[in-house]
Amino acid sequence: MKLRDWLSADRLRRELLVEAQVVPESIRCVQCGICSFYCPINIDIRQHVWDGVPVRDGHCLTCGECVRRCPRGVLRFERSNLFENKR
Amino acid sequence: MTHYLIIGAGSAGISAAETIRRLDASGEITQVCAEADGYYSRPGLAYLLADEIPEQQLYPFRQGDFQRLQIRMLHAQVQQIIPQLHQVVFNDGRLLGYDRLLIAMGAFAVMANLPGAELQGVVKLDNLEETRRILKFARKGRRAVVVGGGITALELVEGLRLRGMQVDYLLRGERYWPNVLDETESRIVEQRLKQAGVRIHYQTELSEILGKGGKVVGVHTTGQGHLPCDLVGMAIGVAPRKQIGETAGLKVDKGILVDDTMLTSVPDIFAAGDVAQVYDPRLGKSIVDSLWEPARAQGRIAGTNMAGQTERYIKAVPFNVTRLAGITTTIIGSVGGRDGDPDVVGIVRGDSEGWRQVPHALTVQSNSDVNRLRLLVGEHNLVGGVVMGDQRVSDLVYQLVAHQIEISSIRQKLFTPGADIEAALASFIPTSGDFGRR
Repeated sequence: MKLRDWLSADRLRRELLVEAQVVPESIRCVQCGICSFYCPINIDIRQHVWDGVPVRDGHCLTCGECVRRCPRGVLRFERSNLFENKR
Repeated sequence: MTHYLIIGAGSAGISAAETIRRLDASGEITQVCAEADGYYSRPGLAYLLADEIPEQQLYPFRQGDFQRLQIRMLHAQVQQIIPQLHQVVFNDGRLLGYDRLLIAMGAFAVMANLPGAELQGVVKLDNLEETRRILKFARKGRRAVVVGGGITALELVEGLRLRGMQVDYLLRGERYWPNVLDETESRIVEQRLKQAGVRIHYQTELSEILGKGGKVVGVHTTGQGHLPCDLVGMAIGVAPRKQIGETAGLKVDKGILVDDTMLTSVPDIFAAGDVAQVYDPRLGKSIVDSLWEPARAQGRIAGTNMAGQTERYIKAVPFNVTRLAGITTTIIGSVGGRDGDPDVVGIVRGDSEGWRQVPHALTVQSNSDVNRLRLLVGEHNLVGGVVMGDQRVSDLVYQLVAHQIEISSIRQKLFTPGADIEAALASFIPTSGDFGRR
């Protein structure tokens, strides 16, 4: 991998950690619970998905475990502005 | 005060109960579940079998959630519905009246009518109780024979293999899931299974299950002779539990027929989920499917209409994401071929009749190291797609199919030999902060 590619991949990763949140595509979900099971902070991600809301819990580390582990591809990272006034 | 009665505590029933409670704070909601385990994720059974989660994780509701929603949960079996009296009769003879009734009893896995089918060790991946039994039998070094097709057969094959069993998968036909996947896709799946050490036998049919002391010891097959084994996994299809509706005089076909408010042919009786047969405007006929999300949506619609408001269900494009031999696969819209599937009667769980409709469309496909993409291209829009492996375009394909987006601008490009289909689709990607999914 070229250095340039590595650097941009690394920058992307760091941006993700700071700016992104876990967002569900709820129509894919079958409520199996794998996401919640592997969350190191014990956030009930499954419930978030059922309610169709992103994980806005301040404790979320954006570690990516849930995104990676979901067998149905329900979850993704999406940029957000945590300081924006959202409902 | 309205008395709501919901038979079934799956995705449809729970969704209906929640919806009714949202709209009617004072109505009495009684939910009846024939399974002692109550409300759990049936699709999650595959992941329990594959040792990805423990049993306790399958329950989306915590203790207290039913109380919070003021839903009375009864573990009982309804034997009969008497529409004229607005009553149901339970197995033990008790009666319960209702003002509005929802039949959300789902579908059950069909068992083959074979000698030996009643032996211990003949199992289906159908409910939690039976999955517990499978787990007791699934030991390293033991042998399993699996018959059937679709997603469930693979869930059995993979789960049992993961637990160290020797697995022989019998296919009656020439390839896996011929009426949804095309030959390339079947072979991709089969190849992965073989790499994992699964033995696949084509054009082989189970003719008898042999037992000793009441337990499975082997099978007789047409084509492969005798195979010793300790477990026989059956995944030959599911059938909607329409009988209770039928005996009550409801209109049925493959399932219980409903209109676009989920109302059956009898006033005050609704049906939703796997048990219901629902009109698909895309196809111009009523079809059955066994998918979690449509069941949920139908439950919501049924609940809304039961609670006195009106909402009409517009059946969405059938869509499911699952893992086949470890490969994440998204199936969208009409993808099917003319072949029937000799391994399955009707549909399986995670399946839809909508996928099998032969589309008025041409196929384009592309294979790369990480992704297999097949698109069914109609005159003006995409009508279906299969995305295996890398899932980045699957959302886009779904949107294009679901909203019947005009694709004339790229149609020519798609059919150019050697076309880069993904690049052609890229012109539809909205720019956003999306990091994409795995």
